[in-house]
Amino acid sequence: MNALAPIADWFRHLNATTGINFTVFYDPFDATRFVHGLWVTIELSVVTIIASVLVGVIGAWGQGVKSAWVRGVTWSYVELFRNTPPLVQIYFFFFGLSAVLPHTHNGFGMAQPLIGGFAWASISLALYAGSFNVEIFRSGIEAIPHSMLEAAEALGYTRRQTYLNVILPLGLRICLPALTNNLVNLIKTTTLAYAIAVPELLYVSNQIWSDAENVPEMMILLFIIYIILVGILVALMHWWERSLRRPGLGT
Amino acid sequence: MKFKAFLLSGLVAGFGAAYAAAPAHADELQDIKSKGVLVVGVKADYPPFGYLSPSGQNIGIEPDMAADIAKRLGVKVRYVNVVAANRIQFLQQGKIDLLIATMNDTPERAKIVDIIHPDYYASGYNLMVAKTVPLHSWSQVKGVPVCAIQGSFYNKEVAEKYGAELVAFTGVAEALTALHQGRCDAFLYDDTAIEGKLQDPNWSGYDMPLPSQDAQPWGMAIKQGEPAFEKFLSQTVSDWNKTGYVLQLETKYHIQHSKFAEDAHKAAK
Repeated sequence: MNALAPIADWFRHLNATTGINFTVFYDPFDATRFVHGLWVTIELSVVTIIASVLVGVIGAWGQGVKSAWVRGVTWSYVELFRNTPPLVQIYFFFFGLSAVLPHTHNGFGMAQPLIGGFAWASISLALYAGSFNVEIFRSGIEAIPHSMLEAAEALGYTRRQTYLNVILPLGLRICLPALTNNLVNLIKTTTLAYAIAVPELLYVSNQIWSDAENVPEMMILLFIIYIILVGILVALMHWWERSLRRPGLGT
Repeated sequence: MKFKAFLLSGLVAGFGAAYAAAPAHADELQDIKSKGVLVVGVKADYPPFGYLSPSGQNIGIEPDMAADIAKRLGVKVRYVNVVAANRIQFLQQGKIDLLIATMNDTPERAKIVDIIHPDYYASGYNLMVAKTVPLHSWSQVKGVPVCAIQGSFYNKEVAEKYGAELVAFTGVAEALTALHQGRCDAFLYDDTAIEGKLQDPNWSGYDMPLPSQDAQPWGMAIKQGEPAFEKFLSQTVSDWNKTGYVLQLETKYHIQHSKFAEDAHKAAK
């Protein structure tokens, strides 16, 4: 903490002389909740990115199977979650669905919902982004020339072998740019969790600027942090894209 | 000697300015009496302080106060519904003679209208909890999840001073739903607004067991430069404090006696 003292002093001085008030750098209470908010945003992003990609892979498989029933379920899921606003979905899960699920009891003996705000935000954001991922993976799969599949068949590949060794590797490479776009969007969409009081970055910033009345300063800070967070994801995805590159595939 | 002269000259200048500011021709008190009607701005959406009866009449503690003032003046009362965003403008434009509309007495407002002293009421923050929750003091709130409204100025104080775990929502309806569903054990809000909610049969299982905190005074307001009207209203509020009129109104509208009204009554007796 001592190492940070000069920084705190500088921001306190900045506030005293110019009125530019970055409380998070010198007020310990605001600093603690802001760092916690940043951590919750990172957690929420990581959990939903992994979960939504899994949902996308499973959904893309579900769209291609023989069983009409599985295809129907996948189709309904995609239509439902892709075509409704994510904020409405979060409210629906948190206030609507939660009311009919089992409850536990808290210290005062009152009924308390089993699934908390963070869990509902993760579930709902993963399903929302996942529905787009299903379509993104489908676009990758459908872009594979039919002649490739015929060639695989001619070489004696089974359906499963074709999917794992031909369709998935090629499809993934084709759809990576679109996937990156959607995951970037997902990180930005995690801010919607503030509506159900998940203490992520936008939520804590809102709390801080209500108290310190420093909306412009907090907005600038939010802006910079999201640029950095999204920048990290984009850099990782580009690195992955480059490392998967095969000469002759794509442009 | 020099300092005293300076003080005196300042005093004289101050009196002069105050005298000049008061328009010589208009006396609103006389105007109201000759018009025979007192026009009062009240709230229509803030039970039990100012709301509408099923037949559309303005009722509540503040309309009752307005009616009492009109009675003292020997005139009829007419209500105009106001909201926070337009109440001061209505007063400045002369649409209303008097404003009694849950307005906090702040130095900023005192610069543009005359706020009557003493203040007639005060509201602070408090917790709305289920009757089954044994809450006796604010210190018990430590670590307890408390629903709140994003942006309320007392959120930080309750988190820092009492250690409550605030779960803040964007609106009152969301926070109340979360309270109802058990996502928090209490709802942090204005005590006067909680009083209104508690009268709603849907919330009959809830209560406000703790003392209100950080009470901010409410003042009635008139246009600037009406010393006679101001003096009359000031005397009226002092008289209410003496007779315990505000306490009677609280009883009439089934809300707890506020510390502010009790203290004012005790001090005036």
